[in-house]
Amino acid sequence: MSVAAGEPLVRVRDLVKHFPITRGIVLQRRIGAVKAVDGVSFDVMAGETLGLVGETGCGKSTTARLMMGLLDASAGEVSFDGHDITRLRGAQLKPFRREMQMIFQDPYSSLNPRKTVGSIVGEPFAIHRLERDRTQRKRRVQELLELVGMSPEHYNRYPHEFSGGQRQRIGVARALALNPKLLIADEPVSALDVSIQAQVLNLLRELQRRLGLTLVFIAHDLSVIRHMCDRVAVMYLGKIVEIGSGEDLFGFPRHPYTGALLSAVPVADPSRHGGQRPPLGGDVPSPANPPSGCRFHTRCPKAQALCASADPPLAQQESGTLAACHYPLTRDELAAIGVRSAR
Amino acid sequence: MSAAEPLLRVEELRVEFPGEDGVVHAVDGITYQVHAGRTLGIVGESGSGKTVASLTTLGLTRRQGANISGRISFEGQDLLALPEEQLRAIRGNEIAMIFQDPLSSLHPLYRVGAQLAEAVRAHRDTSRAQARSRAVELLGLVGIPDPARRAQEYPHEFSGGMRQRAMIAMALANDPKLLIADEPTTALDVTVQAQILALMERLQSELGMAIVIITHDLGVVAEMADEIAVMYAGRIVEMASAEAIFARPQHPYTWGLLRSIPTLTGPRAAELEAIPGSPPSLIRRPSGCHFHPRCAYAQPEHAVITPVLEPVPQEPGHQVACLLAAEERARLWSRLRAGNSAAQAQQAGPAGTGARG
Repeated sequence: MSVAAGEPLVRVRDLVKHFPITRGIVLQRRIGAVKAVDGVSFDVMAGETLGLVGETGCGKSTTARLMMGLLDASAGEVSFDGHDITRLRGAQLKPFRREMQMIFQDPYSSLNPRKTVGSIVGEPFAIHRLERDRTQRKRRVQELLELVGMSPEHYNRYPHEFSGGQRQRIGVARALALNPKLLIADEPVSALDVSIQAQVLNLLRELQRRLGLTLVFIAHDLSVIRHMCDRVAVMYLGKIVEIGSGEDLFGFPRHPYTGALLSAVPVADPSRHGGQRPPLGGDVPSPANPPSGCRFHTRCPKAQALCASADPPLAQQESGTLAACHYPLTRDELAAIGVRSAR
Repeated sequence: MSAAEPLLRVEELRVEFPGEDGVVHAVDGITYQVHAGRTLGIVGESGSGKTVASLTTLGLTRRQGANISGRISFEGQDLLALPEEQLRAIRGNEIAMIFQDPLSSLHPLYRVGAQLAEAVRAHRDTSRAQARSRAVELLGLVGIPDPARRAQEYPHEFSGGMRQRAMIAMALANDPKLLIADEPTTALDVTVQAQILALMERLQSELGMAIVIITHDLGVVAEMADEIAVMYAGRIVEMASAEAIFARPQHPYTWGLLRSIPTLTGPRAAELEAIPGSPPSLIRRPSGCHFHPRCAYAQPEHAVITPVLEPVPQEPGHQVACLLAAEERARLWSRLRAGNSAAQAQQAGPAGTGARG
């Protein structure tokens, strides 16, 4: 049960998650659904870093939780290492859980404040009944702490004694305890100070190289995504609007939403702020009632009548990415919104 | 820059909070000025004192038992010496502030329009009806569509970006001369952040107010600020025009901040140059230069001597608090810019002779 580098480790097909909206307390009538994830398909290749990027409510965290089996999919399929795990429960799912681990955004709430670092990092062993010899387990935990750049003497300390960056390292050590194949990092640095973010990003990349990990990296910060990821999927209102290699996607983004995201990032270079870029207007519509046709058409500067009626499928662009757009951006239009090619 | 008297002048401001574990030295002798119609960006990480300095300007740290010394003069009045009552007439009127989290800054049980009208009536002797219509006008000014209907809604019916617009509308209720924005876009998505920043710039050019924007995001200050102050552990370590901070940064901490963020253009770095360690505790700050334990170029004497903010030679308006000699800093930065790591920059050439004093 192993996948060679470059082969898909995870396959996601037409994945859907609708959260029901109900009314009434005793007789709960279903009056609608929040379409958090509405038909996404992608592969995660063994050994690569796939980035999921998008704004609040685009479904990127829900997608990650569906991949982990932490939420039940409404429809669609997730297969891991060639096995369909979408409908597995409990004991059947447990062997796969060992292979995929998650690190979370908030290093303050994701570590139990009453437990020592040693028992936090050692808990995966307890759950999976591994390393049952106590001295053996302690040695493994101390190795893990060293692996993430902490001192083995931190074994008996408590989370509150550590800074945000160190706590995030503890979370990484816990995630690596069972030698997972897949690591899902959900906004792992957005709660950290600027000077600490780089430390954690460097750690994740180094661990990936050393351990041959497959990484799914979720973030809203496009610069961080570009730095970390081999391939990138851009999500908007529960759908993937563009997906491709980092080089293609940042070099020549074709979906107007990708362009708008890139254009909105403030650039740390005052000499580049000559022309005023028009910011994207409006807010993200409610996922309970998404717009017809292309979901982005209500905010899209290029929208035509067709966009309101027909939902464009992801289609291969000659520039390299797959984009779901009837009227993809041209180079001139990109220049007009102030996006400079990363190539 | 005009030679006119600055709108806000902060001099040697020091704010300390006595606590159980010791004294928290939140702000440690900072001096800056803000001129009418200009934007000052204050950059720093959590615990650098950037927020406390601004809260103190508005008198909001008084009740927390803070020991405050120094001078804050706004249009010639010393705000620190002003009795609470007179300060209240300035706060929300001539100086307004917006905060990071718009949801917790708005009262959940009152309609947005009513909250705006209250802000108007707190400082103006107007009728309820006039205040209401001013509230609707303000919501329109900050770009909320259909403002008359929106004024009747509650904060939870607003999206994050609209709430921040409503907060800005409230801050503008009485045509402030100075707007202090503390991480105004940190809780927002990038496309909404771009809208809010564009809105602040438009309002500044229309209304001519001065802005102090406090942020950890170098991209945001690069877009917004005319002058930038970089804070570390309660002190200003570097201050200059935005152009100079990004083109010719002088302090190793500023270098670290600039080099540790990934970019959207240019080649992808294999590794980011992180600043080692973490920001210090404000109770037990490192001796000498507070940054020395994390500084790649620190010399033994930097743990003893406290640097002061001094002018950078040949750079009018640029100040830095660093114990390295100016030539040494110039040499190091040119090497860092050429793509060397901190260790490489330090090794090459005659290093180690840079300290003064």
